Amino acid sequence: MRKTACALMAALGVLGAADAAQAGELVNGGKLLLTGGVSNVEGAGGGLASWATITGYETRDGIGGNVHATKVDLPDYDFTSYGAAVGWRDRVELSYARQAFDTGATGAKLGLGAGFTFHQDVIGAKVRVLGDAVYDQDSWLPQVAVGAQFKKNDRGAVIRAIGGKDDSGVDLYVAASKVLLNQSLVLDGTVRATKANQTGLLGFGGGKKDDYSLQFEGSAGVLVTKRLLIGAEYRTKPDNLAGLKEDDWMDVFAAYAINKNLSITAAYADLGTVATFKDQRGLYVSLQAGF
Amino acid sequence: MRLRTLTAALVLAGVASLAQAAEKPVDPYVVSNANAGATPVEGEQLLAAFHGQAGIARVVDRMVDLSIADPRIAEIFRATDLERLRRTLKEQVGYLLGAGVDYTGRDMKTAHKDQGINTAEFNALVENLQKAMDEEKVPFRAQNQLLAKLAPMKRDVVVR
Repeated sequence: MRKTACALMAALGVLGAADAAQAGELVNGGKLLLTGGVSNVEGAGGGLASWATITGYETRDGIGGNVHATKVDLPDYDFTSYGAAVGWRDRVELSYARQAFDTGATGAKLGLGAGFTFHQDVIGAKVRVLGDAVYDQDSWLPQVAVGAQFKKNDRGAVIRAIGGKDDSGVDLYVAASKVLLNQSLVLDGTVRATKANQTGLLGFGGGKKDDYSLQFEGSAGVLVTKRLLIGAEYRTKPDNLAGLKEDDWMDVFAAYAINKNLSITAAYADLGTVATFKDQRGLYVSLQAGF
Repeated sequence: MRLRTLTAALVLAGVASLAQAAEKPVDPYVVSNANAGATPVEGEQLLAAFHGQAGIARVVDRMVDLSIADPRIAEIFRATDLERLRRTLKEQVGYLLGAGVDYTGRDMKTAHKDQGINTAEFNALVENLQKAMDEEKVPFRAQNQLLAKLAPMKRDVVVR
């Protein structure tokens, strides 16, 4: 894993140098509507899944950025996330998200105390390595990006008590995204190497498994208008914790760009069983503002 | 009556040649449909969605009108021969949508080589095209099918 991370950093450096060589004045904005993607639960583009898009409305000549706030209302829990992301020359994305997983009244039933909340900081970096999802319409080649997310949970003691091995971890992923203009479709597939339990909200590694595993994230959407994308997502997850079964996540979503500064994503998400409580389905709402 | 028809025909021909004459000369080049930068679509559905060559002409004229008044890109068109631009764009879109029109303009690389167009400016034109297609009531999916033909041309149009 360390070798992969080194290769990632090297790639970042090379691409950065190449872009610096063509530097001129910065031109901000100028990307087409929705093509910067929307912020996902971990602060990178997407909803539950991660996309290969670079945040913001900047082109290769500028800088863009976004802030987001996301809330998922589940029967037995509440999940919120807020954060910020910067896109540089439509090439590099740096992101930060702070997630709160509030157990509410369920906390008492779990013996954690009512309102017990896990917090997790996610620091992400993503680099577009090849292709262009929008312009390369004469090729099947998607836009491909590689990314890393460093995650730190603030509830180490509880995580160890439920059998988690660590309160921090690093996810590495490769995402491929493609807009098929001829079909008005947007497709994405992502492979993620992770040890995270419930994306890290319940720590990393466990009694069943304490190794990295490869997980898949996929999404497909239809462009209904230039402002509106509707679709569905699926995200597989590891099942590391002994006695705390973890399910794959899925959702149906609508992402709407009010303008180039404001977009809203609404989804109906099914997160399956979370910490012994089954059928965690609910409304996902995310607001994003930026340039 | 016959004389009037003849006169009208002559006037029309005169107007047509005047329009041609109003175009400024360009460096010689080999005329070929290959200069259009993409191959025509199959079938006639897309052409119908654009309301034929007449609809294409309205879309192109509106897109050019919007662009020369658009503060983001108006500067680029200041030295452009708009007569020639409108004519060749109508030919290009007509050819790509299978209207049986030949494209007589230059290839995308040659036509844009001294323009210094960046990605944001390319996208501004796309947005003006989308607005023009909206006004022509071209369905969104059909709009995207034309854009799918035009999008790869960014590689030849954007030079910085």
